[in-house]
Amino acid sequence: METQALLTAVEQKLKAQFPEGYVSSELIADYPTFIVKRDSILDVVKFLYNDVDTSFQYLTTLATIHYPDHTGQEFAVMYQLHDLRKNLRIRIKIFFSSSDTHVPSITSVFSAANWMERQEFDFFGIIFTGHPNLKRILNMDEMTYHPMRKEYALEDGTREDKDDKMFGR
Amino acid sequence: MSTKEKSKVETADAPPGIEGPGFFATRIDKVVGMARANSLWPLPFATSCCGIEFMATMASTYDLGRFGAERLSFSPRQADLLMVMGTISKKMAPVLRQVYEQMAEPKWVLSMGACASSGGIFDTYSVLQGIDRVIPVDVYIPGCPPRPEQVLDGILQIQKLVESESIRRRDTPEYKALLNKYGME
Repeated sequence: METQALLTAVEQKLKAQFPEGYVSSELIADYPTFIVKRDSILDVVKFLYNDVDTSFQYLTTLATIHYPDHTGQEFAVMYQLHDLRKNLRIRIKIFFSSSDTHVPSITSVFSAANWMERQEFDFFGIIFTGHPNLKRILNMDEMTYHPMRKEYALEDGTREDKDDKMFGR
Repeated sequence: MSTKEKSKVETADAPPGIEGPGFFATRIDKVVGMARANSLWPLPFATSCCGIEFMATMASTYDLGRFGAERLSFSPRQADLLMVMGTISKKMAPVLRQVYEQMAEPKWVLSMGACASSGGIFDTYSVLQGIDRVIPVDVYIPGCPPRPEQVLDGILQIQKLVESESIRRRDTPEYKALLNKYGME
């Protein structure tokens, strides 16, 4: 199936099934991308999983993006789904504010989302409601912040041997 | 009279002492130091590319065995020398510290490469900025990664330390103060 045809087909289904939850769709670099509302993400994923024509039963990846300049929509969570039967791929995005980082967990549909969601919690502080074991996965347990948020410096901050003149800071 | 060819194998020099017909007198700590220095059992704590360079150091071209350190110990209880080679993340730091604490006295630590010595290029939230933040270090080897020759030089520096130290280093107040600084006894 052509990507444009796939985009139209899935768009029509989502529009019919989720008149409230569907926001927009776009073909980005030949990759059909859909934006839905945060509260309907679990239902959308479940619907696409069980759909007879295009069964997206493989979660390729899941990631968080931080846009500190987008007031009111600072965070995005991106899901990439794969239909193994027809070899089709789509991407679903949700946007939400940094004041409320609760997102419905999709672990009830994809077990693979368990560790992925833990990673997003670890690095961005996204709280996945309904996750069975939401704790840090990669960073040390004593860490007190979520380091991939752009308000935090990348550097360690405890080094005393660095001369700012030499490092251009 | 047969002319014996002089052996090309160099053995460890005898410590200074008084020699006479049938006897040789020297200090016991010199003998113990010589024995320790030439029979180090290193524990390789290799986490990244420095570990690959260490493999070259152990292999036939460079051959750490020439210095009496070919017997690697993978149990901290039996090791004399902890060789930390590679980036140590902050999550790994308590593990490294526990390995150090499990080693029996006398023990020495060699920090190989930029990452183990200072964090190296990884000036980031997840990486320990030098292992001397959690355990005391005897010799640092610079480089990213260091050449095997540098590792051999580092081992020779460790041997010099081992030779010249007293038999019970752990009883000296300086050593106790050093360990106290790291919260160990």
